[in-house]
Amino acid sequence: MTTIGKLTIEPVGDTQIRAVRSFDAPRRLVWQAHTDAKLVQRWMLGPEGWSMPVCDIDLRVGGKWHYVWRNADGREMGQHGTFKELSPYDRIVHVEKFDGDPTPGEGARIVTDFVERAGKTTMTMTMHFASKEVREQALQSGMGTGMEVGYERLEKIFAAETAA
Amino acid sequence: MVMDVTPSARLDAIFAALADPTRRAILARLAQGEASVAELAEPFRMSQPAVSKHLKVLERAGLVSTGAEAQRRPRKLEAKPLAEAVGWIERYRAFWEPSYDRLDALLEVMKVAEGKRPRKRRLT
Repeated sequence: MTTIGKLTIEPVGDTQIRAVRSFDAPRRLVWQAHTDAKLVQRWMLGPEGWSMPVCDIDLRVGGKWHYVWRNADGREMGQHGTFKELSPYDRIVHVEKFDGDPTPGEGARIVTDFVERAGKTTMTMTMHFASKEVREQALQSGMGTGMEVGYERLEKIFAAETAA
Repeated sequence: MVMDVTPSARLDAIFAALADPTRRAILARLAQGEASVAELAEPFRMSQPAVSKHLKVLERAGLVSTGAEAQRRPRKLEAKPLAEAVGWIERYRAFWEPSYDRLDALLEVMKVAEGKRPRKRRLT
């Protein structure tokens, strides 16, 4: 179980990225917070200054969900997807795609597992990327120009590995 | 939620290259300056063929290039593709870390609310 409050992110295998985060709460509550739209809207907001004007969740296999975030400048960004598997309070499998994404297919497949021990929950989110998907636009947006990659930077990124 | 959408095939190759601790250590060493295969093998006490295998994966991902110097053929870190992968991870973190901090606080509120109202027994 990872330290509560610390988010670790690491590449896994050929096409996966895994994020792990522990919470000081039973899985039932962590599950609810992830699946009840009224609750999701209270925390899944990203950095300060963003709101979530749309948070629709149809919680069933084959059900659709849709999120829209809006930042302080009024810029909006939306994401939508479908639930593929729902096993309370164990696992959620869903696919997701950004609104307006023209590429074919359902989008990235995300598997979220919840494991509880002594009243605390570890959530592991594994993102599966199909290598066929081309998203150059994603790489261009938010990429700083002349980004220097120093030794300290590499250490920070790979903190999950050194901490293990 | 995956910040800024699904990465390209090239990003897949970058993450695959980064998924090995020896390759990450090679990149960290190259971040300090270019090095030949022999120079890279020495601190890892690895054979040169073993290092070369790792370098091939890194080169295929565009993270390392080989200099023209005939004899030494120094390997050089290509910062831009690594910066792309780094950028993706940092953007991911920039969304999820504050989100999870907020979730921590919400879970505390939920626990307190449960304490005040004992849960009714449910069949489901």
